[in-house]
Amino acid sequence: MKKSFAAALAASMVLACTLPAMAQSIAEQVNTLFANSTGWFVSFIFSPFPGTSFPWIVGWLVVAATVFTIYFGFIQFRAFPHSIALVRGDYSDPEDAGEVSHFQALATALSGTVGLGNIAGVAVAVGIGGPGATFWMILAGLMGMASKFTECTLGVKYRNEYPDGTVSGGPMYYMTKGFEERGLPAGKILAVMFAIFCILGAFGGGNMFQANQAHAQIANVVGDYPGWITGLIFAAIVFAVIVGGLKSIASVTEKVVPFMGVLYVLTALVILLMHADKIGWAFGQIFEGAFTGLGVAGGFVGALLQGFKRAAFSNEAGVGSAAIAHSAVRTKEPLTEGFVSLLEPFIDTVVICTMTALVIIITGQLVADPETGLYLLNEGGSAIQTVDGNSGVALTSAAFSSAFGWFQYVLAVAVVLFAFSTMISWSYYGLKAWTFLFGEGKTKELVFKVIFCIFVVIGAAASLGPVIDFSDAAIFAMAVVNIVALYALMPIVKRELESYLSRLKSNEIKKFT
Amino acid sequence: MKKRIVVGYDGSGASDNAVDFAVNLAKASQAGLVIAHVLEWSPYTFLTPTEIEERHARRTEELERAHTAVLDPVMQKLSKDGVEAASELRYGHIAETLIKIADEDGVEQIVIGRTGHSQLSTRVFGSVAGSLAQAAPVPVTIVP
Repeated sequence: MKKSFAAALAASMVLACTLPAMAQSIAEQVNTLFANSTGWFVSFIFSPFPGTSFPWIVGWLVVAATVFTIYFGFIQFRAFPHSIALVRGDYSDPEDAGEVSHFQALATALSGTVGLGNIAGVAVAVGIGGPGATFWMILAGLMGMASKFTECTLGVKYRNEYPDGTVSGGPMYYMTKGFEERGLPAGKILAVMFAIFCILGAFGGGNMFQANQAHAQIANVVGDYPGWITGLIFAAIVFAVIVGGLKSIASVTEKVVPFMGVLYVLTALVILLMHADKIGWAFGQIFEGAFTGLGVAGGFVGALLQGFKRAAFSNEAGVGSAAIAHSAVRTKEPLTEGFVSLLEPFIDTVVICTMTALVIIITGQLVADPETGLYLLNEGGSAIQTVDGNSGVALTSAAFSSAFGWFQYVLAVAVVLFAFSTMISWSYYGLKAWTFLFGEGKTKELVFKVIFCIFVVIGAAASLGPVIDFSDAAIFAMAVVNIVALYALMPIVKRELESYLSRLKSNEIKKFT
Repeated sequence: MKKRIVVGYDGSGASDNAVDFAVNLAKASQAGLVIAHVLEWSPYTFLTPTEIEERHARRTEELERAHTAVLDPVMQKLSKDGVEAASELRYGHIAETLIKIADEDGVEQIVIGRTGHSQLSTRVFGSVAGSLAQAAPVPVTIVP
């Protein structure tokens, strides 16, 4: 026993010593391999409409959100009060106490999407597209609510329930079962494609990118050190949670993350109040910038592009990930999860992203020409000049720190925790796609989880540009496949919606409080 | 309707004392007994996706365990002693749920034990006795 322990210790020491070198060479190899074999895919997903700089994938998401908004008669506004009532538990049967509440479903799905997109992504949008980008971001967030509504309703409706009481759901299942029900072809092919993209997205954007950014944040605060150390620590924690079932870490994170989110919004509010006299001006900038660009690169189209893009990156509406998260909730009415989920883009984009943007604008981070009121561009002409030349997370951090110096540390902790909770969420999404492809089973699940942890280390250790590009592309490829399925199945959601609303009217679906 | 006494029961020694006390009380006043076991639960805690997926199965297990380990033994003992009693098993905030039961069933008194070994009963103590004392609609007896 003692001997084997010593051997294991020695082995891990050797591993720890050779790992950085290994990671480095692996990183290089992976880089070349990916760049050569997947470059076409990345450039395809992010390629612009001919003659513009507008990526077609962003148009695809926005058009879909618009179609769903119109098709369901502005459901995101009509059903908004009902969604709030559901989350408050007004329609929860006391007999079901002890089951997952709508609030819990919402909070868990949110902790998967609230993260770097809200902090760094918005700073990028405002830094390049100017205040006007905020307007388009809010608009995209409002439209995205309809996409979430559609996908989450379908996710619950077509999930698999197993005898032991567990469930598996998500786009893969509505693609196969829903298409079969409507007599449509190719459901299975779409499902397999979606599952593959989802696994790749989980390893990439939902894992390596997060690990990478978390390391960058920590290194930023404590000074530079090798990324594999962060990677190993993160991997060990993720392993303990997803393989060891160590509830305590997960539940601590799940408690701290919403707290961080609330703290972030409250701090933003306080900063806005401190500059209360400038709030009117800031909104003026947002509206004016939305239609004129106020001198940003690409004019108002540049602002629009940035706003739409960052909203889509942040709230994941139409990607299909939320459909996986929500289908785990036990409910008699699939529609209730659709209603609850439409609050996510609202909270994520319309509230939190807007707060970030307002703080950046109102604290005067962006440099404008006092004569013309137009924003000045940096030397390359690619982005607006900022007071300290910051961009990304650093810009958000500078904006918040201009009011409260200590906030940069809070922000660093928040970024790390958000990254961690996003990883936990994506490990689940990836796992569901994995079991869809390979079948349910303890060993099969373990294989996925171990690979997932290995990718944490790789992600933190190296700057894997091409891999990150690829995994971003994979997440958006999920949206390509998913939205095709949503178009095909939206009549089913409409039927469900009409039935639900009439039963709500006739009090068949009743309030309990 | 027959008057009833609710006993907050968690299987601990003190809650057994509470049951004994309530049995005598019920005999004296010819009231019915309700043995209530509350599983601490809040709809506002945060769960991971996996926990959400497994929640229904866990809940089924928890309810089963609450019956076999907590409620069934005391109900069997009571019926052996010839005492008539009903049982209640619910999820929720312990004090609030006991108050709800008292409100619903025309209860004339709540009896709880003062101390116990399990974590649950420690919880019962910090706040439950206090909350009940402040918010209960009927008299509350705490049995040492």
